[in-house]
Amino acid sequence: MQTTLKINGESWTLDVDPRTSLLDALRHHLDLTGTKKGCDHGQCGACTIILNGRRINSCLTLAVMHDGDEITTIEGLGEPGRLNPMQEAFVRHDGYQCGYCTPGQIMSATGMLDEVSQGWPSHVSASLEGDVPLSREEVAERMSGNLCRCSAYPGIVRAIRETAGEVSE
Amino acid sequence: MYAFDIKRPRSVEEAVAALADGEAQALGGGQTLIPTLRQRLADPGTLVSLSGIAELKYVRMEGDVLRIGGGTTHAQVAREAAAHYPALASLAGRIGDPAVRNRGTIGGSLANNDPSACYPAGALGSNATVVTGAREIAADDFFQGLFETALDEGEIVTEVRFPVPEAARYEKFIQPASRFALVAVFVARFAGGVRVAVTGASESGVFRWAEAEAALAADFTPEVVRGLTVQAEGMIGDLHGSAEYRAHLVGVITRRAVEGALA
Ligand SMILES: Cc1cc2nc3c(=O)[nH]c(=O)nc-3n(C[C@H](O)[C@H](O)[C@H](O)COP(=O)(O)OP(=O)(O)OC[C@H]3O[C@@H](n4cnc5c(N)ncnc54)[C@H](O)[C@@H]3O)c2cc1C
Ligand code: FES
Ligand code: FES
Repeated sequence: MQTTLKINGESWTLDVDPRTSLLDALRHHLDLTGTKKGCDHGQCGACTIILNGRRINSCLTLAVMHDGDEITTIEGLGEPGRLNPMQEAFVRHDGYQCGYCTPGQIMSATGMLDEVSQGWPSHVSASLEGDVPLSREEVAERMSGNLCRCSAYPGIVRAIRETAGEVSE
Repeated sequence: MYAFDIKRPRSVEEAVAALADGEAQALGGGQTLIPTLRQRLADPGTLVSLSGIAELKYVRMEGDVLRIGGGTTHAQVAREAAAHYPALASLAGRIGDPAVRNRGTIGGSLANNDPSACYPAGALGSNATVVTGAREIAADDFFQGLFETALDEGEIVTEVRFPVPEAARYEKFIQPASRFALVAVFVARFAGGVRVAVTGASESGVFRWAEAEAALAADFTPEVVRGLTVQAEGMIGDLHGSAEYRAHLVGVITRRAVEGALA
């Protein structure tokens, strides 16, 4: 089935079986292997990408459902030599050990900062209105879909809070 | 996965026509159905994807009823229902995690009727009405046991109508690995009475706890729940908790829900 995906600003026309997940289309058909497969079940967040501005799990959606949609993957944020601020902050704060969950963490954190800038409260926010200070607790709640088996959470949280301008180091 | 065709209708009318074929099944956000297909636990000949249908995505107040389109994501409800029905918005904002909430829909959640899902408790506790292309179904008639609902084959949820109560609260005791409810309770106080809907606990899915409703209608305080007990028989017992433990939690979580509703 023919589908056109807009990925990191470029259009790709693919002919895929309708069963192909967006994750498999990225990795196997387009060789964009930065996006990782952990569980293939929506539970780990390793496959997080940004779809029309919102973070989603690419393992739980079919490529053919996204004709014309705008997709951003980790490759679209920056690559070695020209990392974006969130990627650099992960490096600086050791926000990983094995690195497998890292692309998903960074995509999810990127989507999350946009949600915060639009004033979306979370379950742990004290108020439903106004600015949300990104406390450690806020970051933990908002990043709850991204698991790290290496438990690099302290570095992940520092990298995100620094990028958000909550802490200067 | 078994092979299937996929249709991507742009309107409810087109979707209903596509679903008239007996082999076809609706695909909402896919947060439950895609893993199910991957495990080969479903074999639809055709999937009819509802996610491209703009007219199924809305949250709006009409009179004192909150109307939510059947294809509205949990994230949209969490944001847009907050001003009208905070307890329901808070329920939506605690389903799974943010990525799941950006795709999963109210129609998919209700149609699935997972015994540990959140929306069934919200709908039953609010005395909501489920609207399909063909008819309106009261929540009391909609949920018919484990993964069973009153929906016919191919019938889709186009809207859910929630009367807004005077006070309400969804109290969820989460199972931390899946983030589903181990036991959760939706309590709502209306001018005409109190409703208490329990999810995560019973082997027959979401249910109303009549005894607590009667006691709370007479006196809406956490204390009146203290003396009530729920039978362990018929409760879910699994590696996360025994039937006795869940029965005990129903009382505890109901009490906390009432405290929350009063706060
Ligand atoms: C990691 C994870 C955590 C989760 N945690 C929770 C949680 O804490 N609480 C909770 O309640 N849920 C949880 N869920 C489930 C989530 O809420 C799903 O979104 C929901 O169960 C199904 O919605 P969907 O739109 O994705 O439906 P789909 O998966 O697309 O479909 C589910 C079923 O509903 C049918 N269907 C879909 N849309 C309609 C419609 N409009 N009308 C009629 N039938 C329809 C489909 O045919 C299918 O049978 C979790 C899921 C994941 C992956
Ligand atoms: S691979 Fe998609 S959530 Fe784990
Ligand atoms: S760095 Fe190894 S899983 Fe997160």
